[in-house]
Amino acid sequence: MKESTGTGATAEPAIRVEGIKVRQPSTGRTLLSEVSFEVAAGESVAIVGESGSGKSLTVRAMLGLLPQGLEATGQVRIAGERVDDDPRARRRQRGGVVSLLMQDPFTLLNPLRRAGRQIADGLPKGADAAVEVPRLLAEVGLPANVAGRYPFQLSGGMRQRIGLAAALAGGPRVLVADEPTTALDATTQREVLSLIRRVQRERDMAFVLITHDLRLAFSTCDRVMVMYAGRVMETGSAAAVRHEQFHPYTRALLAAEPPADRRLAVIPSVPGAVPAHDAAAGRCGFADRCSLAVPECRTGVPEPRPVRVSGNVREGRLSACLRAAELPAPPAPEPGVVSRPPVAAEPVLEVRDLRRWFAGSPHPALAGVSLTVAPGEVVGVVGESGSGKTTLARCVAGLERPDGGAILLGGADCSDYGRMGRAAVRQARRISQMIFQDPYSTLNPARTVGATLREALWADGRPAGPDDLARLLESVGLARDMAGMRPAGLSGGERQRVAIARAVAGEPRLLICDEPVSALDVSVQAQVLGLLAELRERLSMAMLFITHDLAVVRQIADRLYVLESGTCVETGLADRVLDAPEHPYTRTLLASVPDGSGDWLD
Amino acid sequence: MAGRDRGLFLLRRFAGTVVVVALLSVGMFGLLYLAPGSVQQTLLGTRPATLETIAAIQARYHLDEPLPAQYLRWLGGVLHGDLGTSVRTGMPVADMIGQRLPLTLALVGYGALLALLVGVPLGVVGALRRGRAADRLVVTAGVVGLSAPPFAVGLLLLVVFAAGLGWFPVYGTGEGLADQAWHLTLPAVALAVGAVGMFVRFSRAALIRELDQDYVVFARARGLSGAAVIGYALRNSLVPILTAAGLIVTGMLAGTVLVEVTFALPGLGSLLVDSVTFKDVPAVQALGLLFTLLIVAVNLLVDIGYSVADPRVRFGGRTS
Ligand SMILES: Nc1ncnc2c1ncn2[C@@H]1O[C@H](COP(=O)(O)OP(=O)(O)OP(=O)(O)O)[C@@H](O)[C@H]1O
Ligand code: SF4
Ligand SMILES: [Mg+2]
Repeated sequence: MKESTGTGATAEPAIRVEGIKVRQPSTGRTLLSEVSFEVAAGESVAIVGESGSGKSLTVRAMLGLLPQGLEATGQVRIAGERVDDDPRARRRQRGGVVSLLMQDPFTLLNPLRRAGRQIADGLPKGADAAVEVPRLLAEVGLPANVAGRYPFQLSGGMRQRIGLAAALAGGPRVLVADEPTTALDATTQREVLSLIRRVQRERDMAFVLITHDLRLAFSTCDRVMVMYAGRVMETGSAAAVRHEQFHPYTRALLAAEPPADRRLAVIPSVPGAVPAHDAAAGRCGFADRCSLAVPECRTGVPEPRPVRVSGNVREGRLSACLRAAELPAPPAPEPGVVSRPPVAAEPVLEVRDLRRWFAGSPHPALAGVSLTVAPGEVVGVVGESGSGKTTLARCVAGLERPDGGAILLGGADCSDYGRMGRAAVRQARRISQMIFQDPYSTLNPARTVGATLREALWADGRPAGPDDLARLLESVGLARDMAGMRPAGLSGGERQRVAIARAVAGEPRLLICDEPVSALDVSVQAQVLGLLAELRERLSMAMLFITHDLAVVRQIADRLYVLESGTCVETGLADRVLDAPEHPYTRTLLASVPDGSGDWLD
Repeated sequence: MAGRDRGLFLLRRFAGTVVVVALLSVGMFGLLYLAPGSVQQTLLGTRPATLETIAAIQARYHLDEPLPAQYLRWLGGVLHGDLGTSVRTGMPVADMIGQRLPLTLALVGYGALLALLVGVPLGVVGALRRGRAADRLVVTAGVVGLSAPPFAVGLLLLVVFAAGLGWFPVYGTGEGLADQAWHLTLPAVALAVGAVGMFVRFSRAALIRELDQDYVVFARARGLSGAAVIGYALRNSLVPILTAAGLIVTGMLAGTVLVEVTFALPGLGSLLVDSVTFKDVPAVQALGLLFTLLIVAVNLLVDIGYSVADPRVRFGGRTS
């Protein structure tokens, strides 16, 4: 029992997992190995890591719910019962002993069944649905009449509450939640998380939370376990890990998360990307990106071991770094820098009283929004989903026709691209370009990166020889041989870089960015934000930066507009709005950014 | 709001149907005119082609008028509820169709029912046993069914079960319900073989897709019984299966032509073949109209089925 150092290591832990390994026999790949951990009864543990680090597979293997074609080995004991070799015990335990809440509230419910019925389906035999369903609904903060509704009639937050009620219906002693709030708005996310934590404490359940957000893990759970490339890197109590990290990867992950309370000159980012488990076989998975790596790091796989600093064992801490004890003290937090003062110049973009009302929607998407962007200025537009941010961006980019109001690009009226002549449209496209949240859907999957970029250069009347292409690729931090690849072969960060390269090929004066980093992992997000800041300097490009993430907008925007249901409720210098918000809605948004403290959810 | 949307939808649908029917009838009219051989030739038969007889025929069937006038005359009749008189038999077209419609409807209904009852359960078995021997068997059977031409299947069935074993009659329609069903069984099977393949393919694919959805994993994870979980997935595969059913039934309407000829059944299909051979323009036009309307009716039924199966359609909600 080399691993058992959990705080509540009393009698029998609620979960004990030893040496889990997940393989895909058809390809011979190993996706996960040597994952061991314990969760005591009533304890909450967060599994943290970037996309592809193996968090989901870990809990899926633990619950015996692996996707088709994957196999797990290793010991799993749940509530004292060995279940990994006993499918019937697993089936017996599901619902009553252990239950799972999944990530996406829009897909986790049966779309054709009323909410109340779905909750009732999970009740133990003999329970009276007429009594239990309203009780469960009340427990998750929903009125009883929601039982009669179909999932499509409910908002994302309500669906996730229904999901929670359904997961709780069998009265489990262990609740596992796989990124239960990632698909929700920041404010809804905080509500749902605090609800889950309250229920967990009231019912005294053991709780496993999967998240990619280290600060959210600190705020929600007693202990954290950091994973990378299919292995455990570091474990410890939330407070201790927050205070002191014994693995370089944990440090890098924490540093890459932008703070909401100040603007950093640069967000520290580690170059490179998370390797696949097998690509890092026989060595430390982080070695290629680790600035402290020594030759021994590549001769074997470092196991998670208790950390001993100057002779003293750190209670409850494990680290899979060979040099855990000798890591240099982390650098002091960078002081903040102030955002740039506004520029007094003819604006490159002026939006006047923009209105848009979609047919069939109960309220307008844009109810008269006005804003300006000066040359070289970065203007942030923040708000929750449904506040009209994306509609605004799409109107400015000519992808959506406003019902009223005016859009002036470089002084020319671009309110209705349909009525503009060809030359005028081309001129507008040279002034402004757009990048989107999901780079995958905006890149043509059939074309190589090179073909896409060459077309963009041509469209702007620029030379598009191999050298020009290479220069463009280098300007976004991609290697020149990437030109021959297709989008399917690229990672999310690389795709977004290609999309950025396409947008800046013609050196536009304005770049419209619609949630450009929200689909990316924190470390990739830091890289892309760094790239955007650099491009902005080099091309003296203005940006209209749309995001729901206040910490991100803090790092890049000079001025802010806060949108709520289609109206602008607050505007001003970014520092002023975020340090001294005047409107209650801005304050709510700010409060929903996890700060890593244990009382964030209270 | 939703009510107005639905009204608009129906209106658009109706207008679309009218346009399709109009184009189709003009097309058929033109094609029949262009096809080799002429009506008067057929009508004359072995009689000597004297000037009088030709003139009489031309006057009787208005063949001396220019083509557009002939078409408009026919159209005017249809709009007044008169489908015209068959050139071939001299009977009103409406009566001829009325006699033969029940048989074709019964054949298609019987065939569709057979295909549904065999195809969907097989598809479900395939999906639940994905990748195993039973699944491979089901998939292979589906492919074989799909690629077998209905008339060949019909001939084979006739040779084996009617001529050889003598279990079923070789032709005719029978008297009384049971006897009629017995007579229609082989034709319906011939019609259903291909449709079974389609149903297997569609229902298997739909169910496999649903079984991979999050809500199925979530249902299993919170301890729902295997039957309840499969129930969730089946209910959700209903909409794609309905879509397939619409396609299959419309396909069967076309399939009746060959099957009715093979089994010498006096249905609409064989009527169509006879009328086309004879250049019986009023009959062909009316049949074209009828088949179009039948297809529209099937699609309408499918739409109604959607709104029964899916509350998102019923409440005019957005699918998300
Ligand atoms: N069904 C599957 N078949 C093959 N490989 C898979 C499958 N599911 C996941 N993987 C691979 O296993 C690794 C770990 O995946 P996993 O889903 O556990 O990551 P994760 O940490 O949950 O990431 P995310 O934050 O994106 O959810 C990844 O490299 C992934 O590509
Ligand atoms: S083991 Fe070596 S490479 Fe890995 S994190 Fe530690 S120092 Fe870096
Ligand atoms: Mg995951």
